[in-house]
Amino acid sequence: MEEYAASREIEELVHREFPALASEFTDPVGRRRFLQLMSASLALAGAGACTRQPRETIVPYVRQPEEIIPGRPLFFATALVENGVAMPVLVESHMGRPTKIEGNPEHQASLGATDARSQAAILTLYDPDRAQTISNRGEVRPWGSFLAAMQLAMTGQRAAQGAGLRILTGTVTSPTLAAQFDSLLKELPRARWHRWEPSGRLAPRQDFIYHFDRADVVLSLDDDFLSCGPGHIRYARDFASRRRGAAASKQPFRFYAVESCPSITGSKADHRLPLKPSEIAAFARALNGGARLSEQQAAFTDAVLRDLRAHRGRSIVTAGDTQPPEVHEEVRRLNAALGNIGTTVVAAQPVEARPVDHAASIAELAADMAAGRVSLLLIVGGNPAFDAPADVNFAEALKKVGLAVHASLFEDETSAFCHWNIPLSHSLESWSDARAYDGTESIIQPLIAPLYNSRTAHEVVAALTARPERSSYDIVREHWLKTRGLDEQAWRRALHDGFVAASSGGATHQAPGTYQAPGTYQAPGTRTEAPGTVEILFRPDPAIGDGQLANNGWLQELPKPLTKLTWDAAVYVGPQTADRLGLAAGDLVEVRAATRSIRMPLVIVPGHAPDSATVHFGYGRRRAGRVGSRVGFDAYPLRTSAAPWHTRGEIVRTGETYPLATTQNHFLMENRNPVRVATHEAYQREPEIFRHMGHTPPKTLTLYPDYQYTGNKWGMTIDLDACTGCNACVVACQAENNVPVVGKDQVIVSREMHWLRVDTYYRGHLDNPETYHQPVPCMQCETAPCETVCPVAATAHSAEGLNDMVYNRCVGTRYCSNNCPYKVRRFNFLLYADFTTPSLQLMRNPDVTVRSRGVMEKCTYCVQRINAARIESKKDGREIRDGEIQTACAQTCPAQAIVFGNMNDLGSRVATLKAEPRNYGLLEDLNTRPRTTYLGALRNPNSELEKRDLSRDRHEG
Amino acid sequence: MSQIFHRSTNTLSRLSIFGGLIIFGLTLWIVAGVNRSGYVTQAGIAREQPIQFSHAHHAGGMGIDCRYCHTSVEDSAFANVPPTKTCMNCHSQIWSDSPMLEPVRSSFRSGEALSWTRVHDLPDFVYFNHSIHVRQGVGCATCHGPVDQMPLVYQYSSLQMEWCLECHRKPGRFIRPRDQVFNMEWEPPADDPGLGARLVKEYGIADVEHLTSCSVCHR
Repeated sequence: MEEYAASREIEELVHREFPALASEFTDPVGRRRFLQLMSASLALAGAGACTRQPRETIVPYVRQPEEIIPGRPLFFATALVENGVAMPVLVESHMGRPTKIEGNPEHQASLGATDARSQAAILTLYDPDRAQTISNRGEVRPWGSFLAAMQLAMTGQRAAQGAGLRILTGTVTSPTLAAQFDSLLKELPRARWHRWEPSGRLAPRQDFIYHFDRADVVLSLDDDFLSCGPGHIRYARDFASRRRGAAASKQPFRFYAVESCPSITGSKADHRLPLKPSEIAAFARALNGGARLSEQQAAFTDAVLRDLRAHRGRSIVTAGDTQPPEVHEEVRRLNAALGNIGTTVVAAQPVEARPVDHAASIAELAADMAAGRVSLLLIVGGNPAFDAPADVNFAEALKKVGLAVHASLFEDETSAFCHWNIPLSHSLESWSDARAYDGTESIIQPLIAPLYNSRTAHEVVAALTARPERSSYDIVREHWLKTRGLDEQAWRRALHDGFVAASSGGATHQAPGTYQAPGTYQAPGTRTEAPGTVEILFRPDPAIGDGQLANNGWLQELPKPLTKLTWDAAVYVGPQTADRLGLAAGDLVEVRAATRSIRMPLVIVPGHAPDSATVHFGYGRRRAGRVGSRVGFDAYPLRTSAAPWHTRGEIVRTGETYPLATTQNHFLMENRNPVRVATHEAYQREPEIFRHMGHTPPKTLTLYPDYQYTGNKWGMTIDLDACTGCNACVVACQAENNVPVVGKDQVIVSREMHWLRVDTYYRGHLDNPETYHQPVPCMQCETAPCETVCPVAATAHSAEGLNDMVYNRCVGTRYCSNNCPYKVRRFNFLLYADFTTPSLQLMRNPDVTVRSRGVMEKCTYCVQRINAARIESKKDGREIRDGEIQTACAQTCPAQAIVFGNMNDLGSRVATLKAEPRNYGLLEDLNTRPRTTYLGALRNPNSELEKRDLSRDRHEG
Repeated sequence: MSQIFHRSTNTLSRLSIFGGLIIFGLTLWIVAGVNRSGYVTQAGIAREQPIQFSHAHHAGGMGIDCRYCHTSVEDSAFANVPPTKTCMNCHSQIWSDSPMLEPVRSSFRSGEALSWTRVHDLPDFVYFNHSIHVRQGVGCATCHGPVDQMPLVYQYSSLQMEWCLECHRKPGRFIRPRDQVFNMEWEPPADDPGLGARLVKEYGIADVEHLTSCSVCHR
């Protein structure tokens, strides 16, 4: 942590509003000249008010669709596909343009919530850099000539039973696509279907579904189930509701996490043990009495086992997808021994169709290609030339393929090597289907006709068959109506609901692939080598994933959980490893593994396992688009098919430094207790404990007369015990409120525009600290310091207690943001909003102003939604119902940590929560009377382990 | 020591002080006047349209209800400009070969929409909602004027914020019974001066502070 150094630089950074020069005039034009120009433009500004409205037109329909009421959105249930798995969503559509994605409340995998990536999918849909034309060797071609070329190529393939035909996809859960491949492979038995999903589950294994809401004790072995994997949205909900139950009752819940790289899942643990990847396997064996551990680890294991055994049938042990089969086998044995299987841990079929070992699959394909055995290669989605394991040399092998076809959303690194490039339709433009984590099947319906000349995967695969010209609608419908026997009514029902009724655990796919017997896995040795030697973990980037979303500005600028890093990938190491290697944050280091090496900047992450480093892949794209190309450093050159998740290597200083853009530079609480924490035991004993952690000034301590809020009185609570710091709310807010992206240079000077940020705080020893997440939107203070300093009354209080921001009145003095103690006001220093790119104009929420340069903006509690609900309730002659208004952040929160409502309605959820003793205001002692308040976090430490912790030196950091 | 300034300077200085004030005031008055004038607000100026559609004929003469074309006025923020199909409901039968209506027929044939010039055009940072105003007893004519007498529609009111606030500050002066909203001839009854205040209460119209909160219209 840089704060440790307490250097002058940091001191200054911490205590200054904006970093030095952030607001300084760097143009060569001098100050005097600037003032001259400004006075002239000020004089003209008065005249500017006389501007007449430009001529605008109204273009009505020729024949208006019956269901469309202009000005009112429609919602359609469909699904997005993340790493091949369905993410059920409801999409808001304004007169035919999808503008906002919400979770599907009726789908068990979502229950109304989504994650950051699905929120950002709307930007990918309208991305102006998407592949737009079908091309053959760089020349634009019509679809018909592609079909002709494929028919010609397939004539040869049929003669050879498909010996030269290879298909490469990512994870496929689509029943229709799987059926298409099945029939193709049946016809051409020598053809092969290969799979490569760089950040998915690489090896097939027995799948389990966890019921965290029924568990009392949970142990995770490097399983980031709250942010990764197909079921993470539902798991976050169950996990949070179980914790909420624990906070209210005397039936506590305890979570142990063992992990190498700090994850948001680990941050929710009551006890967290950082272990190197090689030690996790030993730890797993020790759980079943199969290995000896160090004294500290053994004490942890003993305590955890005692706790687990005390909750037989009500505990869960999980292992992450990155763990070897051996660990999964140990975990299965332990769950069986604890009687969890069938109660909290339920065996399930894998959702992937025809599961294979991805690393082996792509290695086999590359070998065939390099040997010249592939005459026709169809790559559907994915970007293997960039993200395939380094040792398979996919890009080189691709040059030896007779005819390579790449269907892709973007013209990427792989497209450059392929003869035919087919633009792939986005999920929101396609007819398709997919399965969710629990096997529930969703039919994907288009929200908009394809923006460009794109085709779906179904249509591209159909091009290889005898019936090439079928549309994806026909293909999908035929599969469901003929093969699966859905009737017309059930089909319509499935489209309306967003899933096929009673389809979970579906019957169509085969038994899971046999998972390898334990014992084949060789743990890397634990011997100490050269001083720079560390174990290296490979993980997908927490924001942009495996790199296919690199051109999504929302995700690029999304502060990554814990580190708050934007626009870059970095090597994560723990403080003690950095000390040992003599490295500092921001150093550009060289990471070497075997004969390969990459360069990447270093970030120090408290709680990272010692002698190990995490390298995130996904950055360093060369052909991503205007946003993602040449951003960050590529880690794929280190990743091999034999060791896709961790290896050994060394970290070497280059002596260079690299500027990193982070949105939070200070992780200390400085005795202000922004996050209030208590143990479950202390809270049960003394519920008022949270109130004692801060000072609440009396109501009379103000110069202003007391204002009585009659009618609605909006307020919000954020449950810090439930919040996982997953960032879904940040992107949801960005999508709902037309929040622009500013770019790395602007983030470095603290000009990011997010209305809602998630702060991270650490407590305890930096080698293994407690970690807390705190989402900070506008507090809507009742005595708002920003309002009193605005010279033009551009920010004023509404009668319902909102701190209104009137963009058209703002003249940009920035006094308000200087006077805001929460730093939630954002200023458009430059023209950040894109007013010119036509496709991005379709994306905007029509109910929210797109702000221009020189205007302050901030969270408004989604006042557009409040107004819409108020108008509807007035028209119906009733009060607004509790839960009728959901702010974008609250709606998408998987943990339901954010609750919004009317504080004057005493039966409302928000009023109930505000009455809880855990409720407190951030920096309440400033007498701002925030409307947004927090519910304190609770920990439930195991007294056996807590004694050990206390014996260690504890200090804030 | 002799006087530096001549006596007449006193008069001159008084004159210039008061003259300056007067000129300043005059300038303000002119600027304010120009800002409120039809030149800036574009009120009272009939717009050219692709088809010279006459509200005076259709709404006034024929007595067609506003909602026959402006279908979503009770449901949505936007009152709706009718699709070509709505015109063709009648004009496939009557005046079906009038040269004036050729753009309508050609739109219907080709599927290419008509492009009307916006008459009531609020700035993009103002979010006006028709449905709630109609529901709370603001008549069409209150804002749009005697549309039934306009051969070509013009903007009747200034649509400036001070004009909005006239009603948001004292709604009782402008609202009418709900069943009279679409009646273009309705006048407040001279014998019942308390009607507005009664309706405000009956319709549950919010108080001034709620109606004049910035976020009601701006967001």
